[in-house]
Amino acid sequence: MTIPETSAPLPAAPAPAAASTGTGPAAVVRGAAPAGTTGGSPPQRNARRRSSRRAPARRTLTYAVLVVAVSATLLPFAWMFLGAFKTQGELLRRPITWWPEQPTLDNFLVWFNELHIGTFFLNSVVVAAFTVLGNLLFCSMVGYALAKMDFPGKRFLFLLVMVMLMVPGVVTFVPLFVMVSKLGLVSTYPALILPFLAAPMGVFLMRQFIMGIPDSLIEAARIDGAGELRTFLRIVMPLCGPPLATLGILTFLGSWNNFLWPLVVAQTEDMYTLPVALSLYSTGQNATDYGLLLAGSVLVITPIILLFVSLQRYFIQGVAATGIK
Amino acid sequence: MPAGTKNAGRPPASAKVRAGQTRRRRNALTAWLFALPFVLIFSVFMLGPLVSSFLMSFTDFTSRDIENPLAVGFVGIDQYAALFRNPQFLHSVLNTAYFVVVGIPLTTVLALALAVALNNGITRFRTAFRVGFYTPVVTSIVAVAVVWRFILQPDGLLNVILGWVGIAGPDWLNSTTWSMPALILLAVWRNLGTLMIIFLAGLQAVPGDILEAAEVDGANAWQRFMRITLPMLRPTLLLGTVLLSVGFLQFFEEPFVMTKGGPLDSTLSVSYFTYNQFGFGKYGLASAASYVLFVAIALLSLLQFRALRSKD
Repeated sequence: MTIPETSAPLPAAPAPAAASTGTGPAAVVRGAAPAGTTGGSPPQRNARRRSSRRAPARRTLTYAVLVVAVSATLLPFAWMFLGAFKTQGELLRRPITWWPEQPTLDNFLVWFNELHIGTFFLNSVVVAAFTVLGNLLFCSMVGYALAKMDFPGKRFLFLLVMVMLMVPGVVTFVPLFVMVSKLGLVSTYPALILPFLAAPMGVFLMRQFIMGIPDSLIEAARIDGAGELRTFLRIVMPLCGPPLATLGILTFLGSWNNFLWPLVVAQTEDMYTLPVALSLYSTGQNATDYGLLLAGSVLVITPIILLFVSLQRYFIQGVAATGIK
Repeated sequence: MPAGTKNAGRPPASAKVRAGQTRRRRNALTAWLFALPFVLIFSVFMLGPLVSSFLMSFTDFTSRDIENPLAVGFVGIDQYAALFRNPQFLHSVLNTAYFVVVGIPLTTVLALALAVALNNGITRFRTAFRVGFYTPVVTSIVAVAVVWRFILQPDGLLNVILGWVGIAGPDWLNSTTWSMPALILLAVWRNLGTLMIIFLAGLQAVPGDILEAAEVDGANAWQRFMRITLPMLRPTLLLGTVLLSVGFLQFFEEPFVMTKGGPLDSTLSVSYFTYNQFGFGKYGLASAASYVLFVAIALLSLLQFRALRSKD
């Protein structure tokens, strides 16, 4: 089970989130200080010299520890990628082999030719796309109302959103399934998409960010005669780039990896998403075909890893933003 | 939609009070229109099920009653009494507690150590390290379960590596003693990245000049960490553990994809118990179990947030 990294209080103002990762102001200050010559009294310089003499050994040790730790973290992925190219015979052979002796693409070909992975991939993409679009639109709309408008029931609505952040998935699971099956929606896209179309976490994220937008900006738009919709579309939304990127990425991630709900409501093969297909094939008659399963895993995680590596800044900003008060 | 509501049909200036009321009412209407899509989805797919689940937990609702929900028998608090007499449920509570009590400190300490290491003097490859540690977080549990099952075999990769240092590893997933440690290992691996990133962000907010001043005053690295960094990191630390607790209390996917709750229920969690009862069609019992979990999560979160706030 993953940490619901997205269900955390956010910084009230957008600025800390943007500055929180990598070379944020704090890091710059710290990096610059030892090299700086301004305002350093003699004892301070001595202290710096002492610490810089010790530093190389300590830094080498730090690097060594980090390299070992990150290698251990990534080892399962290396093992998965290498294994996907091994034959079943080699995978079962003991002692284990590291590098594939006779690299083969057979495991992947089975997925493409016999198991119709294209359909599952398309399902995952469709579900994720609608989920992301819905969250971006609906969460920012209600976020704007909660942040910048006054209306009866506002506090109550916000309270409900906060409570919902703490509700474990299994609580709503049973009635939700009963409802979906009574509506005849089992094995349809609406069943896969609708429950995730507007997450409380997204509402919270957007509200926190929009609250940081100066009131004067919005007042000015209103005085100039802009209606709420125009203020929202022309003033608020263009300023919401960073939180929308964060929300979009986190929602995509959640949708792509979502497993239990799709497993229960996608009951026909043409509606499987990638994780559902992989899990069902890994418990069925293919359960012992390790090469096939490892290749399937590679196919499921490769798109998300590519996306992550290319957009890692935004992923990490999003998570870091949830951790700062 | 409410575009241009501002100027549409402006009331006569004489009726100032009425105009104010009208405007306020119109503004409220506009706000609710903005909230409407979310409120609809929220009510139907979240709030509704949350309330029905609560009601269901006081009935003996089963899968047979779907056709005729009104004929369901009300059993009141008996459902909860039955739950706490159910040995399997109690077992699942203990398993979840084991997971939380071992998993949370382990993840927190490791994540903090890595964040500190990454924050101290690491300038090159910093991004690469962050990406590396965070990669398990972005990958699907189902996909990584396949390779972990393979790694945790009696003669699998983990035991081969343990063999290098002279340890004969167990048959991790088929041992009632070692199944939970194996799943904790997997959970730590999967959650370390998130927590590390949160801590790293917190560490970068610790002012460098305070640390420098302490260094000038002769405080060594350990003293600076214990006396300055750790106290200043406290809110971040608490928040991180709240998040982790909420996630860990819902422990489900790891046993689901790795052990099916076995062997001999040794990895059956409360969430898993609920899911199983749902599968058996015992919706009432499943709802009661899920509400026990909800209350536990809410209480723990409140407790932790109170601790967080009291020291601010």
